[in-house]
Amino acid sequence: MSAVTDRHGHHDDHAHYQGGIMRWITTTNHKDIGTLYLWFSGTMFLVGGILAMGIRAELFMPGLQVWNPEFFNQLTTMHGLIMVFGAIMPAFVGFANWQVPMMIGAPDMAFGRLNNWSFWLLPFAASLLIISFFVPGGATGAGWTLYAPLTVQMGPGMDLAIFALHIMGASSILGSINIITTILNMRAPGMTLMKMPLFPWTWLITAYLLIAVMPVLAGAVTMTLTDRHFGTSFFNAAGGGDPVMFQHIFWFFGHPEVYIMILPGFGIISAIIPAFARKPLFGYSSMVYATASIAILSFMVWAHHMFTVGMPAAGILFFMYATILIAVPTGVKVFNWLATMWQGSMTFETPMLWACGFIFVFTMGGFTGLILAIQPVDIQLQDTYYVVAHFHYVLVAGSLFAIFGGVYFWLPKWTGRMYDETLGKWHFWLSMIFFNITFFPMHFLGLAGMPRRIADYSLQFADYNMVASIGAFGFGLSQLIFFWVVLKCTVLAQGAKAPGNPWEGADTLEWTHLPSPPPYHSFETPPTVR
Amino acid sequence: MRAMSRLVTAAASAAVAFHSGLAAAQHNLPPPVTPIAREIYDLHLLMLGICAVIFVGVFSVMFYSIYAHRKSVGHKAVQFHENTTVEIVWTIVPFFILIGMAWPATKTVLALKDSSNPDITIKATGYQWKWGYDYLKGEGEGLSLLSNLATPADQVYGRQPKGEHYLLEVDQNLVVPVGKRIRILLTAGDVIHAWWVPAFGVKQDAIPGFVRDAWFKAEKEGIYRGQCAELCGKDHGFMPIVVEVVSPEKYAAWVAGQKKKLASATEDAAKQWTLAELMARGEKAYRDTCIACHQASGAGIPNAFPSLVGSKVVLGSKDEQIKLVLHGRKGTFTKTSEMPPQATLSDTDIAAAITYTRNTWGNKAKDGVVQPADVKAAR
Repeated sequence: MSAVTDRHGHHDDHAHYQGGIMRWITTTNHKDIGTLYLWFSGTMFLVGGILAMGIRAELFMPGLQVWNPEFFNQLTTMHGLIMVFGAIMPAFVGFANWQVPMMIGAPDMAFGRLNNWSFWLLPFAASLLIISFFVPGGATGAGWTLYAPLTVQMGPGMDLAIFALHIMGASSILGSINIITTILNMRAPGMTLMKMPLFPWTWLITAYLLIAVMPVLAGAVTMTLTDRHFGTSFFNAAGGGDPVMFQHIFWFFGHPEVYIMILPGFGIISAIIPAFARKPLFGYSSMVYATASIAILSFMVWAHHMFTVGMPAAGILFFMYATILIAVPTGVKVFNWLATMWQGSMTFETPMLWACGFIFVFTMGGFTGLILAIQPVDIQLQDTYYVVAHFHYVLVAGSLFAIFGGVYFWLPKWTGRMYDETLGKWHFWLSMIFFNITFFPMHFLGLAGMPRRIADYSLQFADYNMVASIGAFGFGLSQLIFFWVVLKCTVLAQGAKAPGNPWEGADTLEWTHLPSPPPYHSFETPPTVR
Repeated sequence: MRAMSRLVTAAASAAVAFHSGLAAAQHNLPPPVTPIAREIYDLHLLMLGICAVIFVGVFSVMFYSIYAHRKSVGHKAVQFHENTTVEIVWTIVPFFILIGMAWPATKTVLALKDSSNPDITIKATGYQWKWGYDYLKGEGEGLSLLSNLATPADQVYGRQPKGEHYLLEVDQNLVVPVGKRIRILLTAGDVIHAWWVPAFGVKQDAIPGFVRDAWFKAEKEGIYRGQCAELCGKDHGFMPIVVEVVSPEKYAAWVAGQKKKLASATEDAAKQWTLAELMARGEKAYRDTCIACHQASGAGIPNAFPSLVGSKVVLGSKDEQIKLVLHGRKGTFTKTSEMPPQATLSDTDIAAAITYTRNTWGNKAKDGVVQPADVKAAR
């Protein structure tokens, strides 16, 4: 075994890949594929962001100024679909591709060609979504939740969205199979599961969630497709179906999906905070158990998204209790991060700023989640801007801030260059301030009674909508700094050379055993973990 | 210099206006007028209070740590990473806090699901994009009304200043007596809508093909405004709900007035109308219902809603047009829009609206006049 590795040793320091575009099309290398995922996600983030700017432009003032209401609905729908399936999920898969093999001491992902295919499905799916804006009737305007029977009224754009979701679901399932196999079979000798860093742990659990629920979504949208074109009545009461059944199926996917989008973020934060507090993660095993509990509970709470459909009291109470129970493991996580910071020796480089910002705003989203879990209160807040505020606090301030933190943390490793610290801090502070200017007033709008997904609103909502729009434009512009910072490290090749481990407190394998940037093939000889 | 100072004054007065605007903006749930809404209001404040206390506790620790345990002030890291006691405490304590939240919430859930013994039962039906109300039981039994947005399009498109109740006003309010238990049965004619009046603490989805219920007992007279709360297509933001809560005497008078109108409507349907009468009535009926898709110009919206100007249906046989309006037409793969059935409208309104379309925007249909009797025959 060792003889074989030695013979190949001198070869493997060199990259063997085709030049030009063919390198990216044919690659089976986890680092290349991770890079592809991250650039794809960045592009979709820009597209989804432009749609968001369109939404906020219309809502800047009462009255219809910029778009007609049907196009407005297309904007909100496609903003949601593109951000969830195009930006956030692929970004985390990009992280998994880069980081999981390096953090567990594996040479690559388990299935190289499958990995290539899982990525290259995505651009096709994204094209379908974008093309759908240009077919008769435009893109689907039924909301990202695609509730029947409104979906039956949509034009061919709806079918394109359905096919896009099928393809993205297939991509996610293939990626998850790969991640699970890699983590379970390819850890370095000595790295037991309970010695594995938390980022691979959170991804292992996320991958199981994906495999469990993506087929459920595929089923829901397939039934929508056959209701639309082949005369079935899954969601049509006149034919013996039930429109509410769509919601049950959708949210059985949708609630675990929420955790699919946040658990890997938890993993990233759990890597950053110990590194900058110069102190090991507090309560490692309780972190693992908390992640697993959140994942299991996520299958039992879906109907809290449907508290106004008219469930029996017993159903309401079950889903209310199960939902507030999630606050326990989530609280454990936050307390563990605080205990990791406590008595540390902290410095606040950009990744740590994002991590602290994450805890602050994610916890606010957690509190509003708890308030929304109380069904009688939810009656007043369901489908209002309060909910919009809530899920942007957990998805932008949660998932997206964790992604930014992770990118700044690992950019030196990935590119071999230090990012621009000053610009990074500007990016953080501007994002943090504008994020809150955008979304904090939405709590008030929701309480005051503004429904979500409306193109025009009555006059008492005017002031805070203007504030939110100004915040949104600021938030959107701030993201250009991020792209500039990334371009400087990558394409422009500016910035100081990064040492193997630029962070004093980082102690996972990619920092301790590999140079920056790591060789094209790393850990061909597995490291030994004590 | 003077231009500069004028600019500063303008900016300052804008800032003042904006500030007073924010002061007027609402920062909590609207004042409750039913027992349930009051319980919800208090429950929300309780939750907010508990969350605020935890928030202050957790983030005092975090910010103290950020302040004191920094490398730049020379703090050395203490290498602990476990403490079973602490970990058990911070798992158990939140659990008990949650029970404290769940207890009052459970009581409210049981109260708000109990819609028994209503004084008046009203069926509310969501349509794209208006509400229909049928008084099924109790005082006012047999009355029906349709409730359309009353805000003119000119206000929406900025050609007219916006009124006080912009987008929250309808042509016919739902009228109920004060202090009575009102049970609302909800359903929908096309897609899912949601009937929501914040001051009553009622939000219930209206689901096509199913009937769900909700109830309220308003304790104060007044006009209460709400909106559809479930995305239902393009005019989701334009189908408000207005409930007028009146004294029992006023309610009785209103019921009597409506009954009289109902009787005269039956008379209307029986008589022969002149073209001029039909055109006047038809313009109003068109404005209330058809305009949302086919537009004031009759030209519709390209690729979404068909034009009625020179349309084959409008210029063709009147029986075909009556059938289409009554029963609607499904969309197809290439023609995505769907004509919803309008059978809920009165014979007179349908006849008048059809007559209007056949004789406006340069349309000159062969048999231009459609009588209510024609519609009745086609039903």
